[in-house]
Amino acid sequence: MASDTLTSSARTDAQISGLDALEIAGRDKEVSRGARIWAGTWPKLAALAIAILAWQLVVWSGWKPPYSLPGPLVVGRELLAQAQGPQLWEGLLTTLRRAAVGYVFSVAVGLLLGLAVARSTVLRAAIGSMITALQTMPSIAWFPLAILLFELSEKAIFFVVVLGAAPSIANGVISGVDYVPPLLKRAGRNLGARGLNLYRYVIAPAALPAIVAGLKQGWAFSWRSLMAGELIVVGISQTSLGAQLTYSRELSDAPWLLSTMIVILVVGLVVDAAFGAADKAIRRRWGVLDQAGQ
Amino acid sequence: MTSTTTTPQSATTAVALSGVTKVYGRGANAVLALDGVSLDVAPGEFVCLVGASGCGKSTLLNLVAGLDRPSGGEIGLAGGVNPGLMFQEPALFPWLTVEANVEVPLKLRGLPRAERRERVAELLRTVHLGEFGRKRPHELSGGMRQRVALARTLALDTPVLLMDEPFGALDAMTRDILHDELERIWSERKLSVLFVTHNVREAARLADRIILLSSRPGRIIYSTEVDIPRPRRIDSPEVAAIAAEVTERLRTEVGRHGQ
Repeated sequence: MASDTLTSSARTDAQISGLDALEIAGRDKEVSRGARIWAGTWPKLAALAIAILAWQLVVWSGWKPPYSLPGPLVVGRELLAQAQGPQLWEGLLTTLRRAAVGYVFSVAVGLLLGLAVARSTVLRAAIGSMITALQTMPSIAWFPLAILLFELSEKAIFFVVVLGAAPSIANGVISGVDYVPPLLKRAGRNLGARGLNLYRYVIAPAALPAIVAGLKQGWAFSWRSLMAGELIVVGISQTSLGAQLTYSRELSDAPWLLSTMIVILVVGLVVDAAFGAADKAIRRRWGVLDQAGQ
Repeated sequence: MTSTTTTPQSATTAVALSGVTKVYGRGANAVLALDGVSLDVAPGEFVCLVGASGCGKSTLLNLVAGLDRPSGGEIGLAGGVNPGLMFQEPALFPWLTVEANVEVPLKLRGLPRAERRERVAELLRTVHLGEFGRKRPHELSGGMRQRVALARTLALDTPVLLMDEPFGALDAMTRDILHDELERIWSERKLSVLFVTHNVREAARLADRIILLSSRPGRIIYSTEVDIPRPRRIDSPEVAAIAAEVTERLRTEVGRHGQ
């Protein structure tokens, strides 16, 4: 450095902006939106095409008679026909309503439980490992008890959905709060965030990625529990997607069965994609997403 | 042993430590981190704490910042102020923009939105980051992040700044520039600074007074006034001379542990 740098503050300013410009150069590489979407879409489309082709090949091989394993074309036509009638949509609506109610309730229970366990050492010692144990319990194993308690009703399904999803969500909150970097907590406290404010300004946002991961896992569990429940607890007046699966099996209507399965799969994929997008947005904000450039 | 936090009696001290002791652990495993550290920082004074690793430098700052309690002795801050603390890492909140990071202490103090916006803009200009308010911390370089952290600490409007090796992780050139910046802000705002470093040259470049801490337990073993006129350069012969003197003392201290 030249010897007179300190005497000229204008020069220092120029140095500072020069250094800043050098150091952050090349970090803003933009790829066009269309190209990005295409890059994410074509592998999925290719995989779908391969799956359908494999399905068709199995059908052509004559491994199973067409009345138990119909081809993609037949199922596709059935799906289109279903989409034009009210039955599919009513079933979808019933199932989604149950999923939403159960999930929202699970989120409330999971968040409160997770926060309580994360904060209190006594609670953690008491039920911390129990939450993980609950998480490993297959949801279907709850149904006999649920049916004894609530009979063949929506309540039984609701009970199992919440038991399936809430522990995952609680675990997400617990690990999120546990892994908040201590340095950020110290910084927050020094900036004046104490007590509840520390949670609001530091701990909650810092734990957000883990919480979202827990919410995503909780959704997967609640969706599975719901499907299991709807298969078992049929005969309630409404025809849910699960009930349609059961009826189609009883009627040996393979195209109907497969088209219902496709609808269930699509619902799962759509919700998963929504969680994936949320997760990605968070990671991008945090700068953990590996972008082109640096 | 007792510990209290009081307001220093005289108006000539910004930070007053008397007989501060810190013990970690209990019984046979107890480690004496700080042993009877007494130290006054005058208003507007720049004090550098230098010591080898394990001398309890960071412990001392945590105690002054009120993030930890001393096992004994007294720590006083003039007017009971809440000192600002900076770390070796910027410790910025990654989920907030640069602006929002600087805004946090202002929000926590309940300042109205319009005033907050004005203060944030002013603080970012102070650290030469006026145009970077909308960026996120990960989009900035290490030196820029540390400047954001400085602006955020300044937003506390506190006259006392505690700095824990804040430039330790930066390259030499960036560090030189930040020394100039810190010196300017310190003199403009008449801050009292307690600056921890293991870099003796950095201490000689910045300090009004250098204090050397011994290791395990941390005790003050040497103190020297640095009366080189400002602005200083880190590569000037005067700074080098002071640094050599302090380094010599530090060597003696480290050597004591090798015996």
